[in-house]
Amino acid sequence: MSIFSFATNSKIKFLSLRKPAFILSLTLIICSVLIYSFKGLNFGIDFRGGTLIEVETSESENLSNLRSILNNLELGDIQVQEFGSAKNILIRVEQQAGGDQIQQNVVNIVKTALNTSLSSDVNFRRTEVVGPKVSSELIKAGIIAIVVAVFAMLVYIWFRFEWQFSLGAVIALIHDVLLTLGIFSLLQLEFNLSIIAAILTIVGYSMNDTVVVYDRVRENLRKYRKKEIIDLLNISINETLSRTIMTSVTTLLALLSLYIFGGSVIKGFTFAMIWGVLVGTYSSIFIAAPLLNYLKVKRDWSVSSAVESTKNN
Amino acid sequence: MLQFSRSKITLIVATIFMAMLLALPNIFTDERTSNFPPFIPSQKVNLGLDLQGGSHLLLEVDTESIKSEKIDDLSFDLRRMLKKNDFKYGNLKIIDDSIKFKLNNSELAKNVSDEIKKLSQSISQNALSSQSKSNLNVEINNSLVNISLTEDYLKQISISAVNQSIEIVRRRIDELGTREPTIQKQGTTRILIQLPGLDDPERIKSLLGQTAKLTFKLVDQKASYDPSNPTKIPVGSELLPSDSDFNFKYIVKKKVMVGGENLVDAQPGFDPQTNEPVVNFRFDRIGAKKFGKVTKANIGKPFAIILDNKVVSAPVIRDAILGGSGQISGGFSAEEAADLAVLLRAGALPAPLIILEERSVGPDLGADSVFAGKIAALIGFVAVIIFMVLIYRAFGFFADIALILNLVMVLGVLSLLQATLTLPGIAGIILTIGMAVDANVLIFERIKEELRNGSSVINAIDSGYKRALSTILDANITTLIAASILFFMGSGPVKGFSVTLAIGIFTSVFTAFTVTRMMISIYISRKKPKELKL
Repeated sequence: MSIFSFATNSKIKFLSLRKPAFILSLTLIICSVLIYSFKGLNFGIDFRGGTLIEVETSESENLSNLRSILNNLELGDIQVQEFGSAKNILIRVEQQAGGDQIQQNVVNIVKTALNTSLSSDVNFRRTEVVGPKVSSELIKAGIIAIVVAVFAMLVYIWFRFEWQFSLGAVIALIHDVLLTLGIFSLLQLEFNLSIIAAILTIVGYSMNDTVVVYDRVRENLRKYRKKEIIDLLNISINETLSRTIMTSVTTLLALLSLYIFGGSVIKGFTFAMIWGVLVGTYSSIFIAAPLLNYLKVKRDWSVSSAVESTKNN
Repeated sequence: MLQFSRSKITLIVATIFMAMLLALPNIFTDERTSNFPPFIPSQKVNLGLDLQGGSHLLLEVDTESIKSEKIDDLSFDLRRMLKKNDFKYGNLKIIDDSIKFKLNNSELAKNVSDEIKKLSQSISQNALSSQSKSNLNVEINNSLVNISLTEDYLKQISISAVNQSIEIVRRRIDELGTREPTIQKQGTTRILIQLPGLDDPERIKSLLGQTAKLTFKLVDQKASYDPSNPTKIPVGSELLPSDSDFNFKYIVKKKVMVGGENLVDAQPGFDPQTNEPVVNFRFDRIGAKKFGKVTKANIGKPFAIILDNKVVSAPVIRDAILGGSGQISGGFSAEEAADLAVLLRAGALPAPLIILEERSVGPDLGADSVFAGKIAALIGFVAVIIFMVLIYRAFGFFADIALILNLVMVLGVLSLLQATLTLPGIAGIILTIGMAVDANVLIFERIKEELRNGSSVINAIDSGYKRALSTILDANITTLIAASILFFMGSGPVKGFSVTLAIGIFTSVFTAFTVTRMMISIYISRKKPKELKL
């Protein structure tokens, strides 16, 4: 018998937890929206425009000293932080007023200032400058990408299942996306292009999880014509539970390894993914499946799905 | 479902072998792969700029400035035409990219309009446009004249300016000998430049930041520059700043003696007398003739060498320069002289370029990222492999072999397609490691269920595969949808992520239904187990 044998043959009554789960999720969503409207997101330069410079110094530099050197340059808001180690420093300079032409000056000014006022050798590891035109385009593209992805999922599930499934799955997706935005707002983690990529992957992953459960629900709807929907949903979740856990664990193993060993540059991306896998798994079991109870799924699958069922057996 | 025909097995093994062959170059150095016999592929995975270091620059051709330049030129020609024909007019102004003026005599409207048509034809010849249509919108309302450039013409100007800019950018970058630069048009007015392995983006940026428009003009000696009274400039002359001295300005004649378009060569060198870095240049036949004529007529007078509306130097003509070659000195450093020579050889940009976006990664950060990515992949990989064996025993081992082949195939396909592997792309591969086992997990769980329901081993495996199929397809198609949206919407690194994710989806479904199944089928037929430990 394997370690995860508890998951096979389990008979957990997930549906009896639906009310607390809905209340929990609703509270978390409201909190996310509230936090978001008060604190907003800590947009990276991809979306806010500005300059990012990563430097490596030969000696450990005093950050507050560095800050005062940079603040004397009068470039507006400048953030200075350690990045991975004491000798790696990340400098962010806000977008300068005056359009795309002006932004490039910042790099020169900061580079000259660091080269002249620091005693240690400075290695410029990364320079990113995003002007106002590109940043506003990236925001637009990011929002469109997420909306299009969610919509595409809606349509796909609608085709493959019924509209009730489609709606349930999309509500779960929106739940996942909102909670991810919420945690980024709460912890004020940098929100950049790669986080959009992470959210889209979360959308894909969470959908993947939901589809596996829904697939089983549909199968059981054909199998048990007379069973109470709540029992039927419970059976379906339990039957797919060990798979859900197995896949989440292997994915999390890989992601954790990436989070710990993958370097500072993709930490934010990996964090979003880990969070997304956790939230996505939770929402498939506790949100997407129980929602079918309320959305009044069609019980009689004998006529319209005759073709489908012969194909599957 | 468990039987495999000999041809199927051959096909599967051949596919795996192909993938291995394609992935093979990646474990060798470039030196070794160049010595491979021709039938072995030598293409490696193409590393993105974030992994090998380099610069990504998104530039925009400032087409607005060309438009206003064209309007300025037009107004200049227009004034000349009006003067030549003795049309009396007043209040000529440029407002919102169109020229407005008032004729003193509204009965001349017809004549004026005919003359403007002639003007229009003369500019269209310059712009290689279709002769049939006019390039100007001319409205004459009583005595009020309103002239603007047509939309079509403006579009044409901007298209040709962008194409010309790309050509010149390419020449400038090629002059510096950067390896494998990518220069491509993006949208209508943008140019995307990718320069792998570049460690000093500042130099390239400063080279691209100059339009490098070179002209030679005579210095106007009728007036001398007086900082306290800067407004007195003779008609036909203009005030230009000095390149080296911020406070000094020159008054030069507007008429161009010779322009940079007549240059055939420019090379950095040293002045034999002062040993100062200079740029030696040579004119073509027409340029040499013009230059010879003007210098002959103006011996003893200074002329200005003007680069991008700044006077680099203003030497006195000592003798007629008839050979068509000359020298520019302007207190350059050796590198400045070399860069100026590059710019002059490559030619002037039709319009300034604006840097909209820059992403530069130093080579050592790229190498660090590759190293960290490899370590993370390795550890994640080992963790998943151990976990699968712990849970599924022998079947887990089969899934692990499939996983390894899966990685090899992703590498092989990436090398084959020459798709770019970026840092998020590595994350995509690692994510694939975690998710690739999903198809196998779905199948194994199905088999377990079938076994619990009392099926025989063979039947359980058979129907496990059958029943899991539609779930696996549905589940993977959703991820594929997300990946393709990322591919079409994303840029650079994010695109790389979507590519590896998508390839991973295909290879993991493929390996689950071929490799793992084949191994299970062989295992079952050899061992004939009565029960399965899953």
